[in-house]
Amino acid sequence: MDTAQLLFKLILVVIIFAISLVIALYSTYAERKVAAFFQDRLGPNRAGPFGLLQPFADGIKMFLKEEIIPTNASAFLFVAGPSLAILTACIGSAVIPWGQKLTFGSTVIDLQVADINVGILYIFGVVSLGVYGIMIGGWASNNKYSLLGAIRAASQNISYEISMGLAIIALLLVTGTLSLRGIAEQQHGFWANGYFTWNVFKQPLGFLLFIICAFAETNRTPFDLPECETELVGGYHTEYSSMKLGFYLFSEYINMFVSSAVMATLYFGGYNFPFMDMISSPNWVTIIGVFLFFIKIALFIFFFMWVRWTIPRFRYDQLMDLGWKTLIPLAIANIVITGIVITFLNR
Amino acid sequence: MSTFYFIAFLSVLFSILVITAKNPVHSILYLILTFSTFTIHYILMNAQFLAIVNFIVYMGAILVLFLYTLMLMNLNKDSEPFKSNLVKVAAYVGGACFLITIISSLKAFNTSQLVILKDPNLGLVKNLGKILFNEYLLPFEVSSILLLSAMVGAVLLATKESKTT
Repeated sequence: MDTAQLLFKLILVVIIFAISLVIALYSTYAERKVAAFFQDRLGPNRAGPFGLLQPFADGIKMFLKEEIIPTNASAFLFVAGPSLAILTACIGSAVIPWGQKLTFGSTVIDLQVADINVGILYIFGVVSLGVYGIMIGGWASNNKYSLLGAIRAASQNISYEISMGLAIIALLLVTGTLSLRGIAEQQHGFWANGYFTWNVFKQPLGFLLFIICAFAETNRTPFDLPECETELVGGYHTEYSSMKLGFYLFSEYINMFVSSAVMATLYFGGYNFPFMDMISSPNWVTIIGVFLFFIKIALFIFFFMWVRWTIPRFRYDQLMDLGWKTLIPLAIANIVITGIVITFLNR
Repeated sequence: MSTFYFIAFLSVLFSILVITAKNPVHSILYLILTFSTFTIHYILMNAQFLAIVNFIVYMGAILVLFLYTLMLMNLNKDSEPFKSNLVKVAAYVGGACFLITIISSLKAFNTSQLVILKDPNLGLVKNLGKILFNEYLLPFEVSSILLLSAMVGAVLLATKESKTT
């Protein structure tokens, strides 16, 4: 890889990092506006026009608050917890293909940071690491409520990871590749050979399982038991203040953004869109594709919020019942059915 | 090669910290770091699939469970069983004997001879999958069914327990 290529990659990393942070920033604003709409209120409207500067005001507030490390907390791990949470949230975006290649004369820019051939497993690994930030922070706080929140987060993540992995296996039976770029390319256009190309039409049950597990892995309502404020004060971040609390809240929104991007790539065609072959210029196809990819991501983020303000939180035994007795059998059945259908179609 | 030595140094260092750490939770955290250095070793050996599986299974699942159980147990310094000096001396002597045995057996087997893989790209997903599903199909399928049945069995055991109580 020559220097120019390396420089493009570096610029791409910075751009993606900035985009994830800005989207996470405005997700907090959108969340409050959506909540206000659902509850027939106005929402934030004081800072700037339509309250658009509200996220920055919140950020400044977070930075100016007093930094508190409890006396009995283990200081290093107390700081490491939120840092790890935001780190694992950010590294997931490295393998997502944001668009097709851009060509300017002889230089070709690949809109993906790293096209590793085990991309989907990488995403899965990052998701499974995500729980450490919460667990370490919750344990280091030396507080009963924090510890309970951390333990809930761990058991919830492990339970839902299994069905998520099984849902991915069924998807892999259809695609036959582990590379996210390969999966995105297979969903070219919208309609080919008498059927939809997008994987959501080939794996509807798998998509349903995946989105439920994505809700559980990002700790969003109805699965936000780790920070359930009616039972646990603030859950794992009870003892946190200032920007360390901000990191935890922020990492949730970045997680939401990354998992929306993964779902859009795996099941909703990624950067592909209907009638994309009718546009002759490949660069325009790429630009429109990237734009539509972000529209898809935004719709998924809206869906996350929609569910949050519609469905109440699960009780703990309901959560475990859903994970172990409903989702796992469904996921295994999905694998078996997919295998049988593929065998008959290939005959 | 220098990368290898650096990572190998880190793995040995973190492994030592695992057993010397006073706090069990700290020792699990060092174990997580040890496994992450193993992942880097696998990547250096061009075994991408093994690296990522090590990442998911060991770092992502098994050690989370370790940490989970350790957090549930109340391990205080007061409740730690007191060991007399005689037991400590005996442990040192036994450990030293074991170390000498291992080193001498390694010498006897001449394991320092390098084994060179016929196919250096064996660790990539495609090649590994082809070998697993052609040459080793039966053991692979049997072990996967075993793992699946173990998981389903664990769920069954858990549900029966909750009905009787």
